[in-house]
Amino acid sequence: MSRKLFPFNGGVHPDGHKEASNATPIRAMPLLPRYVVPLRQHIGVPARPLVRAGERVARGQMIGAAEGYVSTAAHAPTSGTVLAVEPRAVPHPSGLFDLCVVIEADGEDRAVELQPLDWRNLDASALRNRIRDLGLAGLGGAVFPSYIKLNPGAQAIHTLILNGAECEPWITCDDRLMRERAAEIVLGAEIMRHALGCASVLFGVEDNKPEALAALRAAAPADMEVVSVPTLYPSGGGKQLTYLLTGVETPTGGRSTDVGIQVFNVGTAYSLYRAVCLGEPLLSRVVTVTGHVAEPGNFEARIGTPLADLLAAAGGALPGAVGEIIGGPMMGFDLLDRVAPVTKSVNCLLVKDPRLFPARPAALPCIRCGACARACPADLQPFEMYWFSRAKDFGKAQSYDLFDCIECGCCAYVCPSHIPLVDFFRYAKSEIWERERDKREADQARRRHEFKEFRLEREKKEKAEKFAKAAEKQKATAGTEAADPEEARKKAILQGALERARLAKEGVTPKNTDNLPAAVEKEIAEIDARRAQAETRPESGESTP
Amino acid sequence: MNGSPFALLGHNSVTAVMAKVMAALIPGIIAHAWFFGPGIWVSLLLCVVFGAVLEALMLLLRGLPLKPFLSDGSALVTAALLALALPTLAPWWLYLMATLFAVGVAKHLYGGLGQNLFNPAMVGYAAMIIGFPVYMTQWAAPIGVAHFTPSLAEAFDLVFAGAGAISVDAYTSATPLDAWKTQARQGMAGADILVQPIFGWAGARGQEMVALMYLLGGLLLLANRVITWHIPVTFLAAMALTAGLLHLANPAQHAPPLFHLLSGGAMLCAFFIATDPVTAASTPLGKLIYAALAGFLMMIIRAFGAYPDGVAFAILLANICVPFIDAYTQPRVFGHKRGGKRGQA
Amino acid sequence: MISAILVMAGIGLVLGGVLGWASIRYRVQDDPLVEKIDAILPQTQCGQCGFPGCKPYAEAISKGEADINLCPPGGNDGVKRLAELLGVEPKPLGAGMEPKPKAVAVIDENTCIGCTLCIQACPVDAILGAAKQMHSIIAEQCTGCELCLPPCPVDCISMQVIREDVATWKWRYPMHMMKRAA
Ligand code: SF4
Ligand code: SF4
Ligand code: SF4
Ligand code: SF4
Repeated sequence: MSRKLFPFNGGVHPDGHKEASNATPIRAMPLLPRYVVPLRQHIGVPARPLVRAGERVARGQMIGAAEGYVSTAAHAPTSGTVLAVEPRAVPHPSGLFDLCVVIEADGEDRAVELQPLDWRNLDASALRNRIRDLGLAGLGGAVFPSYIKLNPGAQAIHTLILNGAECEPWITCDDRLMRERAAEIVLGAEIMRHALGCASVLFGVEDNKPEALAALRAAAPADMEVVSVPTLYPSGGGKQLTYLLTGVETPTGGRSTDVGIQVFNVGTAYSLYRAVCLGEPLLSRVVTVTGHVAEPGNFEARIGTPLADLLAAAGGALPGAVGEIIGGPMMGFDLLDRVAPVTKSVNCLLVKDPRLFPARPAALPCIRCGACARACPADLQPFEMYWFSRAKDFGKAQSYDLFDCIECGCCAYVCPSHIPLVDFFRYAKSEIWERERDKREADQARRRHEFKEFRLEREKKEKAEKFAKAAEKQKATAGTEAADPEEARKKAILQGALERARLAKEGVTPKNTDNLPAAVEKEIAEIDARRAQAETRPESGESTP
Repeated sequence: MNGSPFALLGHNSVTAVMAKVMAALIPGIIAHAWFFGPGIWVSLLLCVVFGAVLEALMLLLRGLPLKPFLSDGSALVTAALLALALPTLAPWWLYLMATLFAVGVAKHLYGGLGQNLFNPAMVGYAAMIIGFPVYMTQWAAPIGVAHFTPSLAEAFDLVFAGAGAISVDAYTSATPLDAWKTQARQGMAGADILVQPIFGWAGARGQEMVALMYLLGGLLLLANRVITWHIPVTFLAAMALTAGLLHLANPAQHAPPLFHLLSGGAMLCAFFIATDPVTAASTPLGKLIYAALAGFLMMIIRAFGAYPDGVAFAILLANICVPFIDAYTQPRVFGHKRGGKRGQA
Repeated sequence: MISAILVMAGIGLVLGGVLGWASIRYRVQDDPLVEKIDAILPQTQCGQCGFPGCKPYAEAISKGEADINLCPPGGNDGVKRLAELLGVEPKPLGAGMEPKPKAVAVIDENTCIGCTLCIQACPVDAILGAAKQMHSIIAEQCTGCELCLPPCPVDCISMQVIREDVATWKWRYPMHMMKRAA
């Protein structure tokens, strides 16, 4: 079992703190009175709500349908009544609200009928559609809809990598899952292999998880390889693990599929097994609750579980806690509102205390020491990108390959000047994205405006031509008539055309409601009546039947 | 609020980096005191005090907070390097002027910590060599060669009150580099020059041991990952190569490479001055080019220039090229094509 | 002395000739200025600049007939970029020209009488509808120019500010943390 590894450059060794939460088995959560299921849990287009307030739902019932290509479904975590479909707090660094389905549990936890799939004999595209409707998305953090990743597409996939590296400090949910449910993970990997039609399957697990490695090795068939990789953050990054195991670099701006490799998180493999073999949609995931809490550990939490309840299940935060992080300390973000729910992307709730997470010291200027560049797994020059991001010279920042930055945080971790480098990179990236969005919108508006001008021009010309033709005809047929009446007719026609043109012109930019035809006047009166009526109606809410 | 990462490497700060550099200088300083007498302590003390005061003054003038910047220790490192590069037992105002140029002009007028284009210590040194060449060529002679080696108290007197009754010649001598150059130009044979008392077993007496101690300090920095091998190794290699070629071409005019590596400011420069991160090139390939350039220039100035030691001008000239070098030596980014066109001004 | 001057003059002439030739030979064929200016203007087509659309304003700027600080939707950022392009000093937007937050028009569908007046007013054809049919606005295509508001005889169009959501949210400039130190 000694596979040649290809170490990537850079990387750091932050304190693991894995032992805080990896000693106890995954615990189940009690049924809660209320769940909040966001409709945008994955990358791409949010799911379209399928339920309305007051409706009854059963566990596993689809409450949000995949909308468009890059999207996936959402499901009711338990049976009960939909309280509302409205914007609620979600786990997002912005703290903004997003559309959620709020479900009040009825305590019965009644489930819809589940339909296991005969995946070995099912047509590949039918299998993928089912997987989309079962709401599967990557559980490693990127939450990319799984059904798309299971589509080999134009490029044949030769290698499937199961990512169990879990390189972020503190997080142990994949570790526990691999220890306890290795057989299911391997089955999930089998399904992936089938869907992708690839030969080789590799598990990559950091060597600080010997139990997980042993469990996987015991469960995996001979044609799957379980590889122990050295503990080095960020070996769990998709591109880094791919390189580590195969020596193949994911091309910039592309995906690993471009080079025939697909990467899935082990948690996703487990959920895929449940979805396919049991027919169960993605209803729950394992979340690590650790840090400054009474009983740290891993919990099988339903999607939609309010984080406050999850925290309570772990005995609550200890005195002196100073907030929580969603995700790990290297790539996570501050939780702004504890009522936000567990989503498909939440793998860890890390409670901060001032001892382990002291406030970041004030930043000093960059001394160009290059420590960041040596730590960067993407071989970037973070201090150059920082310099230009700070100066808001986004073009230059981009020319130093800002978009190859995976925001792993290694650079900021080692910076002796304590510069929040990644914050600058995220800032610059979102500014660039906005500019590109603005540019696209402006280009579209310009095109549409130009087209409208062109259309008006054409209409004017067509009209003029029509009049000219009509006049010509008139002239031809009336040629024999007396000169005087002919002249008068011509004048009348001309007059009419001018009048119509004047009206048309006025129509483009009318300034007020004067001089309207009687019919319009009447309609206005009707509208006013309708308005008055609407105001006297006690309830102005939805008028949908 | 700030974003991830929330974890930071422990015991890591600009202060810590500077402290490691200071610590690595200690063996060299002790060797210096051992071979040249306690005069070095006086110049060190003066430079450090002047450095700290000037740094504080400049920060006040620029309206910056004192605490984080004073405690970063960068001014102290600059001052210490300056003290080690300047001759000992020079008048006190020379140290003040040099520090003024280093900290006030080269560092703060260029924007302060991290913003300066030129190595501050070398700017201070170069300014003095241009402004006061007489004082810059009087070096304390090593113990055993000098007729008189001042004690600590006497050193203070010399620095503050001038030589007075004591003849300057009693405790100073030309630097060995200078001696070699003048004597070689007068047609003396290399072997005859090197037997004089100011020369030691390989380089200059005393200086060779000090240089070895700087080498030791430099290795400590390497082991602590404060610096990378690129600059010191390339710098010394470029020096040795240039010196070797010159020596081969004309052994009578040009001293052997080992002599050059172990005398003057070569070792100090290789490990402590050329490696100043702010003013050195930052890409791996850029560091090689930068250090090779500096080492080559240093030997050329030593061999053909008007100044005995070329440290300051070699480094300053190389500094000028850094933005250019960096722009054209950007490393390949992960996932980009090998040999793809990169690098932008 | 004379020969030195002649040599220098000769060198100067040769170099000048080379430079002149190169500047003609390698002249960059650029977009005309109007296009470049138009590319910076936000294409809201609102007419607040006093010209009937962005392109006419761009033409006026390129001819030097209009100042660069007349476009409120472009904001001070837009003025800055125009100033950079034209190599002039940026100036603040004219008085009373503060940019408004981005908004889209919304038709109250209960009230709309289907008069088509707003359709004719919309510079980017963002309004759908036919005579006597209820009209509605394609939000993605609406530039927020407000030109459809005045013609509506029943005042059923209102502007709705676009709020940032989870998808369009931007990371803030992290400078506030540096201030503690610098
Ligand atoms: S680690 Fe920090 S101080 Fe060093 S070069 Fe990078 S950004 Fe600058
Ligand atoms: S956050 Fe970006 S720049 Fe920093 S180390 Fe990671 S990939 Fe490199
Ligand atoms: S004011 Fe309106 S029409 Fe004029 S340039 Fe700006 S967006 Fe275009
Ligand atoms: S719908 Fe109204 S506000 Fe929107 S672009 Fe058209 S005219 Fe302007």
